Parts: sequence; C-alpha cells; structure tokens
Amino acid sequence: MNEFIFFINKVVISGSVIGSIYAMGAIGVTLVFAILRFAHFAHGDLMTLGAFFSYILVVLFPEAGSFIGLPTGFVMLPIAMALTAIVAILLDRSFYRPLRQNNVKPVVMVMASIGVTLMIQGLIRVFAGPSSRNFFFAERKDIFRIELPFELASRKIVVTEPQLLLFVFITVAVISLHLFLTRSRLGKAMRAMSDNPDLSRVSGINTTMVVWTTWIIAGSLAAAAGTLLSLDVTLKPDLSFNILLPIFAAAIVGGVGHPYGAIAGGFVVGFAETLSVFNWAIFLRPFRDSLPDWIDLPNKLAFVPTEYKITVPFVILVVILIWRPTGIFKGQVL
Amino acid sequence: MSVTNRPFILFCGLGLMIALVFFKLGTAFSLRMLAEATCYAILALGLTIQWGYAGLFNAGIMGFVAIGGFMSVLLTYPLNEKFWQSDSPSALGTVGLYIFAAIILVYGASQLHRIGVPRKLKNLITAIVFGISYLVVITALNPVAANIEATAGFIGGFGLPVWVGWAAGGAVAGIIAYFVGHICLGLRSDYLAIATLGIAEIIKAVLKNADWLTHGTLTVSPLPWPVPTPNDIGFIAARASYLAVTSIMIVIIYVALTRAYNAPWGRMMRAIRDNEISSASMGKNVNKRRLEIFILGSVLMGIGGATLISFSRIFDPSGFLPLNHTFLVWVMMILGGAGNNLGAIFGALFVYIIWTMSEPVTLFLFESFATWGKDIFGWEIPTDLAARALQMRVFIIGLTITLVLRYAPSGVLPEKIAKHD
Repeated sequence: MNEFIFFINKVVISGSVIGSIYAMGAIGVTLVFAILRFAHFAHGDLMTLGAFFSYILVVLFPEAGSFIGLPTGFVMLPIAMALTAIVAILLDRSFYRPLRQNNVKPVVMVMASIGVTLMIQGLIRVFAGPSSRNFFFAERKDIFRIELPFELASRKIVVTEPQLLLFVFITVAVISLHLFLTRSRLGKAMRAMSDNPDLSRVSGINTTMVVWTTWIIAGSLAAAAGTLLSLDVTLKPDLSFNILLPIFAAAIVGGVGHPYGAIAGGFVVGFAETLSVFNWAIFLRPFRDSLPDWIDLPNKLAFVPTEYKITVPFVILVVILIWRPTGIFKGQVL
Repeated sequence: MSVTNRPFILFCGLGLMIALVFFKLGTAFSLRMLAEATCYAILALGLTIQWGYAGLFNAGIMGFVAIGGFMSVLLTYPLNEKFWQSDSPSALGTVGLYIFAAIILVYGASQLHRIGVPRKLKNLITAIVFGISYLVVITALNPVAANIEATAGFIGGFGLPVWVGWAAGGAVAGIIAYFVGHICLGLRSDYLAIATLGIAEIIKAVLKNADWLTHGTLTVSPLPWPVPTPNDIGFIAARASYLAVTSIMIVIIYVALTRAYNAPWGRMMRAIRDNEISSASMGKNVNKRRLEIFILGSVLMGIGGATLISFSRIFDPSGFLPLNHTFLVWVMMILGGAGNNLGAIFGALFVYIIWTMSEPVTLFLFESFATWGKDIFGWEIPTDLAARALQMRVFIIGLTITLVLRYAPSGVLPEKIAKHD
C-alpha cells in the first residue's frame, strides 16, 4: 500500500504539476503558432520574466499575502500577468510586427524570436545574477499531509499549497479560455483568423486586435506558469531552452493551433516524463520475500535515468512527427 | 561603394583590424584568436549552405560541434592501456552484440506487414519489441559502464591520426543529420528548428553523463594536433601551423562550395529555396535535395567542431553552450550575408574578433559603471559582477540578430544574384 502512495506522490501529483505547467506554456505557443504562424522560441523566457515580475512584487510588498491567507506570490500573480502581457505586446510591436509587415518567411520570425530569447535571458541574468531564489523567504509554505483510511498505509499523500493553487488556477484558466474562444466575439475572430487570415481580414475582422489578444493570453499564461512553477520549487533564471522542448512537444502532440489539444499534450508530456524516470522497482519490493533466492531484483528500474529526462519530450516529438504530424486532435499542419 | 569592390574593402578593413590586434596584444594571442576564428568560419560555411542555399533553420549547431569534437577525441586520443587490459572490452563487445540483435529484432518486427500482419498489430508488436529490447540492453550496459568507470576511468581513444578523427566527426554529424532531416524536412521549417534544438541538448546530455565513454565532466586533455603541439615547438610556431591547416581547409571548402553554388546543383537549390512549388512542378525532388544539403552542411559543422575542440586541446562537454556554439555562428552568418561564402568567412573572422575583444571591454565598462554608481549613489556592487557583466554579451548577440534581420536582412556581403542575359 505504501508503494502505491509513493506512486501517487511521485507520479500522479508531480506529473499533474509539471503537466499543468507545460499545458499553460503550450496554450500560448499553440495560439501564437495559429494566429501569427511561427514557433515562438522566446516563450520559455517569457515564463521566467513573468516569474521575476512576481518575485519583484513579492519583495516590494511582502505582507500582501497574509491579508487573504494565500502565498504573496499568488496574490501578486494578476499584476505580474498584466505586466508580462504588456511586455509581450511591446516585443511584438518592436520586433515581430516590422518583420511581419515586410512579409518575411515564417522561419525568419523564428530567428527573430531566438534573438528576443537571448535578449531577455541576458537582461535577466545581468540584473538578477545566475543564482536561484525562493519565493517563501518571509512566509511559510503550507504542506498538507493527507492520511488514507487504510490500515496498511502508514505513509501520507503530500500536497503543497502552491500545487493546490496551481490545480485551481489551471481549471479556472481553461474554463474561461474555453468560454472566451467559443462565446465572445473576439474569441470567434481569433478562431476565424487561425483558420484563414486573408478571409478574416477581408470580412472586416480587426486583425491587430486579434494579434494583441493572442499576445495577452500567451503572455499572461506564461507569467502564471512561470510564477506557479517557481512557487512550487524555486525561481531559476535558466528556464528557457530546457522548458521549450517539452512545451513544443506538447503543442505538436495536441495538434498545432488547437488550445484543448495543447492542454492534453501538456499532460501527456508531463506524465510521460514522470513515468519514465519513476523507479518501477518500488512495486517489486513487496514480492521480494516471496520470491526464490535466484531471482535478483534490481534496485533501480527506470526507463530513463533522470539526467536524460530531456530525451523524453524529444522522443514523443519524433514519434508524433512520424506517426501523425497533425497531432492527436488534428491541428493544422503548417 | 559599389558592390563589386565591397568584399575587397571589407577584407582590407578586416586585415587592418587583425594587424591592430597583433600589434596591441602580441603574436601568440592573436594567432590563437585567428585559429579559433577560422574554425568558426568552417561552422559558418556549413550554416550558410543550410540557411543561405536552402533556407533550412538549424538551431542545434552546438550538437554537431559536440559530436564532431567527441568523435575526434574518441578516435585520436591515445589508447587507454588500463581499459584494454581489463575484461571490459569483451563485455562491451557482448553489449554491442545485444544492441545488434535488438536492432535486427525491431527491424524485423517493423517489416511484419510483409507477411500479412495487420498494420495496427504490427505497430503494437514493434513498440513492445522495442521496449523490451531497450530494457534488456540498458540492464546489460549499466554494470559494464559502472565497471569501466571504476577500473579504467573511461575507454580512452584509439590513437588514430588526427585527420581520421576529423573526418569521422564530420561523418557521424552527417549520419545524425540524416535521421533528423529524414523526419523533419517534409514538414514546415519550424519543426526542423525545434528538432535540432532538441537533438543538440540530448547530445550534450549524453556526452556529459556517459562517463565511461566520454569521461564526462572530468574532461579529456591534452588532445592531439595534426601539427606539432606547443610543447614541442613553442606557442607561436605551433599555432601558426595549426592556423595554416585550418586556412587550407577553408580555401578547399570555399572553392568547392563556390563551384557547387554556380553549378546546376546550386541553381536548383536556390530555385527550391525561392519557390518550392514551382521547382517541385519542374520535377525536382524537394525533400531529397533538402536532405542532401542539410547533411552536407552538418558534415561541415562536424568537421569544424572537431577542429575547434582539437585546437582548444581539452574536451569538456559542459563547455558546449548554445550561445557560443549555435547563436554566435548564426550572428556570423547573417551579418556576413546569407548565401555568400565570402560573407560567411568575413562574418566569422569579424564577429569572432569582436567577440574576443568584447570580454575585457564589457568587464571594464561594468566595473567603471559600478564604481561610478557607488561613488555617486552609494550602490552596493554585487560580488558576482564579472559573471553578470559577461551575460551582457548574451543580450548584445540577441539584439544584433533582431536588428540585422530587420534592417540589413542580406548582411554586409549580400548574395550575388546571377543574371543571364
């Protein structure tokens, strides 16, 4: 029984946490891909930037959280989201829009986004240094230990407050995104523009507005993902290229231009990562005593050693590109 | 300044710059800088045929550099007697047989449809066979690897001549490029960028963690040179002869690439780049040609990486950084002019000189700025100022990429459009 609880802690909970983070990143990537037609490589750094905005706000107002009883980083999240959305729009206006107006090939936009990545990365490291930081310097991180009502279970299920907040946040975010895309005029305009940009422009849709909305959604979700990830672990300035591959894999698995697919893809990639680094030998241990001596059970039986975790999203990416480049939900093949 | 004179003037300016560096900083330092710059020029030539001739986005140059460097280390580093005298080689050979058997089994399973097995069942069987053989190979390899690490450190090299190692570096980089390109080139170019970025990180992770094969973060040194090393004939003579070797390589590659560019093959490549649909309708096999040029460029990157790593005389997997080995090369290529071989060489030399000079300059600027701030506003100077100041170069590289793309997309030496009247 304890092994099962270990499995829940190590796989179900941490898989959902990392899956939610990937999902929030992948929604942004997939929307930018659908509306602006290029792979936005600066998304990982947008996440780091958002997390740093939250961190600065927490340092400025360390008391804000105690009024409501939530971590200060979470209370400051809406402001950080707004700031990151503004930064995303400014980046678009100064770096991507001029290129778009010159009608360059999409791959030149990808290069420009790599330039933007390096710029954000450089600035963050110049001002913040390479060390990692903890959001909980002034307050305590609440940890909930849930006991199971079974006699054999002596271990407890462990969930932290930031993790619970993350689950609540992503549920609310997904539902409101769904309502926005299906019910509002602007959301419908976004879907129209992703289907056929020329036709939607001719039929009088304000494409500038749509592009702005895309950046607002992408930027604020990136800020939220970065902040919530840093609340759960620590704030590191080197998120960029490490998180990019899983996010792109998630977006492509779900089908490019398909927000619901991106959510599913995020969880697929997240769970695949945790399942493949999980030590499956744990489940064999209860049988150790009942087995004959000549069967030697390995101590470690993981599919992928932890240091090769980056291969998991890559393998998923390769398999999906060979087997079904449109993704599970039949997105566009751009 | 007319376009015909431009290369001449630019290279004269570059010569002046190099002369100034020689004059100010001494011969030994300048020769080192030039030798490294020529290695980067090989990388930039590899990139300029991928991006400039065919419009393929390779975001993983670092991976090809690393694999080229590693193959060169594996083949040219002296034999590790401890390893060959232990029983590890035969154990490793057994694992090799396991891998061979696994490959045959998986291939056999993937061909089951030929004897009438339904496709879905075949896919399922292939996946299961692959999973099981993967686990078997891993469990067989782990104790052998641990044993090698414990007794001999790592497997060492084969002590072959250096040029064999460099050629093998290029060849293995080409093989990896074949697999990546085979999967991604039929799709949109963004996918190639994502996949190459991923493969570069994976190659780095493997080189860093497979201690039995690469000595991991413990690094391998000193690497052999094709010419006498500084220990034998002194820094200046040794570096000058290395520079001569790389320069000859660049000249050969340049002549070959320029001939290819002007040949029907190069014209076809540009046709595919500029209008894929019309060249496909002329009967050109677009994906096959792209694969061809992607492999060719990656081979050059592998060779360039091998020369670069050999020159540094130390193989350190954690020293491979996307900034130094991917994006710096990008800046060289787009600043010099995509699709212009002379531009790539100019860009590589120019940017590398600036890059080397920028380190002391940035440090100086930041320190004077910090003392100035301390005197006037009473700032506290962070202790890791030097490390932070160097990060400013990341910002500058990024800014250069975006600015060049926006204001001078064809670089200082634009591609010459041939006109046939």
